[in-house]
Amino acid sequence: MAAKTIISRPIYGTLSPQPGKHHLFIADAEGAVAITDMAGKAPSGFFGSAEIVFIPGPEGKHIAALEALKPAQLHVAPSFASLLPRLRQTLTNAHMGLRLYLAGTEGLIGQAMQAALEAGIDHTSMQTEQRGSLARRMQCVHCKGITENVTTQPATCAHCGLLLLVRDHYSRRLAAFQGVCINAEDRSEIPPMEEAFP
Amino acid sequence: MGITFRKETFRDDFTFKNSPEHIRRFPFPFNEDAYMYAVNIEPHVVGPKGSVLENLIDVDEHYFAEMQDRALVLAEDPLRCQSLPHMTLAGWDLLELLMEQQALGYPEHFTLERDGDRWRWINRPLGIDDTFTFGDTSTLPYGPMEYITRQSQGDFCILDQRDGNLWMDAGMVTTQADWSLDFDIGMNFFEWHAPVPLAHEKGIFTRALKFLTNIQQGKPARRLNWTMTINPRLDTSPENYHKWGPDRATVTPENVGDKVHLRVELQSFWRLPRSNGIVFPIRCYLIKMDELVTQPKWARRLHRVIRDLPEELATYKGLTRYRPTLVEWLSKLDDGSPTSPGFGPD
Repeated sequence: MAAKTIISRPIYGTLSPQPGKHHLFIADAEGAVAITDMAGKAPSGFFGSAEIVFIPGPEGKHIAALEALKPAQLHVAPSFASLLPRLRQTLTNAHMGLRLYLAGTEGLIGQAMQAALEAGIDHTSMQTEQRGSLARRMQCVHCKGITENVTTQPATCAHCGLLLLVRDHYSRRLAAFQGVCINAEDRSEIPPMEEAFP
Repeated sequence: MGITFRKETFRDDFTFKNSPEHIRRFPFPFNEDAYMYAVNIEPHVVGPKGSVLENLIDVDEHYFAEMQDRALVLAEDPLRCQSLPHMTLAGWDLLELLMEQQALGYPEHFTLERDGDRWRWINRPLGIDDTFTFGDTSTLPYGPMEYITRQSQGDFCILDQRDGNLWMDAGMVTTQADWSLDFDIGMNFFEWHAPVPLAHEKGIFTRALKFLTNIQQGKPARRLNWTMTINPRLDTSPENYHKWGPDRATVTPENVGDKVHLRVELQSFWRLPRSNGIVFPIRCYLIKMDELVTQPKWARRLHRVIRDLPEELATYKGLTRYRPTLVEWLSKLDDGSPTSPGFGPD
């Protein structure tokens, strides 16, 4: 079923090698496959000026495949939160000619883009490719708490407990979809919870 | 002779009302018996005496109470007023515009004295008499946008213009019809309007953006928008939807006239001189059904508009739950006779 969508919902593409002096890849889990798929189209020596930052996730796959690309630097991080200080430092010290490639879950792409936006990089200049889980990062409009890895519609806010409709309305600044109370007008109405973002 | 400011509330006991003069001047938004989106933008020029367009920035009998309600909202949720770091200059532009317009239109209530960068602002209804240096934020108790919009009716969005688009980069938003500044800040024109149904397909936003990016200094524009609100509640934010949403289930045939309000936004668009931004005041006017139907033409026309509203629009505007009750109540005031052209009452 082709889902009806709205303009603020991000659209992801397919990674492709860009002209540039330095290439920074940030990926999680299946996002690694987007990088290895792209490698076939890259000019020889491309990864000699590339840094790959990778969050393997619980399955721990794909590290060897990324090593085989022989990037100038491969950094494996246990989580996005643990990666963030290093990423901010890299982005702060970046020079003209740095190209960004983000691949994997929407939560990873969104949060890496958020850090890059804060460093003054235009979002339209970033290459993105969605791979793996469709789980969403959601901000509760009521209590402002962020709930990670939302897979259901509706979803329960991990902070205030309200039952939220996960909208397609998306904020790059917050790297989150908007969650709005689904039964605000009559709290006794409890719609069934379905697995919507597997 | 000045305005007599009403002491009234927009929450809890909801004592808000319009005086008979304010009912007559209500900006009724329908000039025919049906409603559909259009790029209904026109030059924002001064209109007839006694109308809401008598001054380009309207101050009315609800001023004092609205400013009190805004202060309550901001105390609960400071995120309703935000300004991205590059927007301070635009905030000064807005401060100048609102001080000039309010002092011009209502000299008995507001006075602006200027001696170079040294400005003195007197706001008599709120008991303010401040002297400050224009452009020096340290001389005001708040940032310039927050300072002046705590003293001006309506919500204010300041849009930065770049890359052929408008970006919602600052705002004071406490009387909104269910959208979140905190979520939408930093978005471009198409992104923050993304949830609006039907209008994208009609090309409304492409044409509106083209118009707005060409607005010139000294030539503001305006349009009307509308929705409905249960109880005269200014703060119908998504942040508080779980608090005001239950009101929608309280409408009965007996209380329609008192509870159901038409909510009209007079939106205007002004080019700002120093920042080249656009300020977008969204001025909210509320009127309960009992007050509105004192004008028989408005009663007949509103009946036809609400009855025939496309389902998607009714859903977007949140009318679904009480629309049948409202239409039934209004139908008794519609004898089927024609309505005269134009917005005004007969």
